[in-house]
Amino acid sequence: MLEFENVHVYYGNIHALKGISFHVKEGELVTLIGSNGAGKTTCLHTISGLLHPKRGKITYQGEDITYLSPYKIVKRGISQAPEGRHIFAGLTVKENLIIGSIQRQDSSGVATDLKYMYSLFPVLEQRLSQKAGTLSGGEQQMLAISRALLSKPKLLLLDEPSLGLAPLVVQEIFAVIQKVRNEGCTVLLVEQNAHKALEIADRGYVIETGSIILEGSAQELRANKKVEEAYLGGVS
Amino acid sequence: MGALNYIVQQTMNALSLGSTYALVAIGLVMVFGVLRLVNFAHGDLMMVACYTAFFLVATGLHLGLFSILIIAILVATLVGILMERVAYRPVRGASNIITLLTSLAVSIFIENIFVMFASPVPRSFRSITPLFLNIVNHWGTLVVSNINLVIFGVAILLLIFLLLFVTRTKLGISMRATSEDLMAAQLAGINIDRVIVTAFAIGSAIAGVAGILWAARIGRIDPLMGFTPLLKAFVAAVIGGFGSLAGAVLGAYLLGFAEIFLIGFLPPSLSSYRDAFVFLLLIIVLLVRPNGILGSIEREKV
Amino acid sequence: MSNINQKSLKNFISLLELLGISSILMLALAVLGLKNPYLMRVAILVGINIILVVALNLSNGFTGIFSLGHVGFMAIGAYTSSILTLTVATKSTNLPSLPIWLAHTQFGFLPALLIAGSLAALIALLIGFPLMRLSGNYVAVATLGFLVIIHIVLINWEQFTRGARTFSGVIQYTTLWWVYIWILITIYVVWRIVHSHYGRALLAVRDDPIAAQTMGVSILRSRLLAFVVSAFLSAVGGGLMAHFLTSFSPATFYFTATFNYIIILIIGGLGSISGSVLGATLVTLLTELLRNFEQSIRLYGLSQIILAAALVLIIIFYPKGLIGYREINWLQLLKLGSTKGTNNNSERR
Repeated sequence: MLEFENVHVYYGNIHALKGISFHVKEGELVTLIGSNGAGKTTCLHTISGLLHPKRGKITYQGEDITYLSPYKIVKRGISQAPEGRHIFAGLTVKENLIIGSIQRQDSSGVATDLKYMYSLFPVLEQRLSQKAGTLSGGEQQMLAISRALLSKPKLLLLDEPSLGLAPLVVQEIFAVIQKVRNEGCTVLLVEQNAHKALEIADRGYVIETGSIILEGSAQELRANKKVEEAYLGGVS
Repeated sequence: MGALNYIVQQTMNALSLGSTYALVAIGLVMVFGVLRLVNFAHGDLMMVACYTAFFLVATGLHLGLFSILIIAILVATLVGILMERVAYRPVRGASNIITLLTSLAVSIFIENIFVMFASPVPRSFRSITPLFLNIVNHWGTLVVSNINLVIFGVAILLLIFLLLFVTRTKLGISMRATSEDLMAAQLAGINIDRVIVTAFAIGSAIAGVAGILWAARIGRIDPLMGFTPLLKAFVAAVIGGFGSLAGAVLGAYLLGFAEIFLIGFLPPSLSSYRDAFVFLLLIIVLLVRPNGILGSIEREKV
Repeated sequence: MSNINQKSLKNFISLLELLGISSILMLALAVLGLKNPYLMRVAILVGINIILVVALNLSNGFTGIFSLGHVGFMAIGAYTSSILTLTVATKSTNLPSLPIWLAHTQFGFLPALLIAGSLAALIALLIGFPLMRLSGNYVAVATLGFLVIIHIVLINWEQFTRGARTFSGVIQYTTLWWVYIWILITIYVVWRIVHSHYGRALLAVRDDPIAAQTMGVSILRSRLLAFVVSAFLSAVGGGLMAHFLTSFSPATFYFTATFNYIIILIIGGLGSISGSVLGATLVTLLTELLRNFEQSIRLYGLSQIILAAALVLIIIFYPKGLIGYREINWLQLLKLGSTKGTNNNSERR
């Protein structure tokens, strides 16, 4: 479904992505793991069109989307819940959700999906008219994911959804991620919390300083000694 | 009750003045919201609308007043959109200083085009101003002219309309989202080019309206007329907070009251210095509360 | 240790280069000027602009205090020095209500310039103090407010300034020599500050507003010092300008002038002294050319239009200015023939 081919991205003179290649098949949950600054967020930003590569190609469902502007990429069914949530703090929860559905014309479909979001995250429905900035971290993450889901994406990009959240909340969110994937949405998950990520993923890639150093099924990666030491805290 | 009368009269004067500034400030803040750009050429858009109206009348085409106004505002809007496309889009995302200088350059460019082609000599706007606007009402001992009432009314209506727009329409909410977090807005699928152009169009149209009303109030136009309203609106927006429409309007009325207050209370020898005091106020606000009264303390991620 | 000595030697040599090139430039203009009084006037104008822009660069380019109000200091310098140097006779006709102690004194040119500069420096100290912690946008706005305040004061303080009317009768003390000497002084002083221990620290925090907020007191002090020195030099430049024009008004020192100097600053490059020298020369000559053209075809405003358009184009295509952040390595420049100096540096930052 998504092909990331030999992509090179620069921040000014800094070579952030050095020829990264990976793919995501329809229906999969693929994870990118790696430490801070490895380039995981850069990958997602490039897919979403916020950054454009100097070299390389990104193909989505057969179409070359490498140089499209961000809103066009959302139109094609790729949606991202960015790192740090980035909800619109001054807007209400309801308005944030409206933004999520901004490209859609089918108001009844949107209404149905909103109800679905409330079922996934009941707390959102309770706080509809509150300003999003007053939500807790976990609630904001739920809002960010809901916002991303409201555009009815076929591919959902998640950037560090567990960041700064309590373990129980992380549990809740990851359960939702699995549910979403089970209902047919393909997921590309970027995570520092490799443990949790590999628990729910089908396959994974390990990125370090701009290059992919390992890839394989989640099982393989979990068993891999290097991964274990570096990212899983050395405890099996 | 002489004192009460005085206070009421001065309050009305302050509201009039504040409304005038509010009209200009609203447009300025609209653009700043989405682009983080202080459009120094905003005052010049006001001027463009006035000169369009002036020349339409001068050609003797016998268009109705209403048509003239519409065309003038339309021209201002188009110039604003053009401005964004040609000068501001290429520098989008650049540092604040760069965008500030670009807008300064655009302003000087437009001003001098008109200096060149329309002559720097001020022209009278009386021929265009419908007579009823010049009527001065005497309500008991209070004095208020129609033009001031109109400006007040337009300011309030505009504010209400804009508030409804940014809270009830998809485009308006998109605009607020874009001004809060550009990246997140892009990721949510908002076409920010369209949002920015819309903000510019609305801001420029408002500038057109503000310009014509301003000219009607002072009675004449000249190529550099946009300078003073821009400065005043700028001060208003800084005081009230550049981030929100409400802030701009609040700042405008505060500024109006401050000026009227200063006129009343400064000794006659210092009264012409009142603008200097206004700017002193600006500097103080910048030092104490750089984001304005309604502005939030911007939290920078460290 | 020897590394530092090597570096300071390098610095010293490039300073000499800069002074040398400026001298050659002035010499060239002087030679042209000797033949033609009009060209002499242009040469003096170029020289004064060099002083003003280098002084401005000290503040805007090197310390990150992007001041839009320096023309205000220029005005203070112009008016103060002029009031001081006017003959008693002129004073009684043009400024009849001056206080007695001023009305009956007449200062020489140099003392007047120094007093004017010191006054500006004092004012800069006062307003600079609270401004030091502000960053980028806010400083620009605050200094703009300063400019407006100075303008309003000039227009209203008729007793000293003749208000909005033309202030004339100033003795034309400014010659190319005066300008040249002050150019050397300005370049030297700015260079020394920039390449001092504090100067480097200032450069490090220049572009970083967060760092600016957490700056230590000693850095704040050097920032303030640079700002004050920059004000002093701007005032001197203003004084030189006043005694060159011999008549002026508050409008001479307002937005149009500000814009012109900012253009030169940007074209020459923020943070490059040599860029300012070159930029000032180019733009002044260009402006003069355009002004003459504009006069001959009677299309007033054309020069400003072209300059404004040029600024926008340069911002879009050459955001670092034509010369960029680095000082020009003149020898390399001459050897290679022609290149934009962005890659040439005689010293590393």
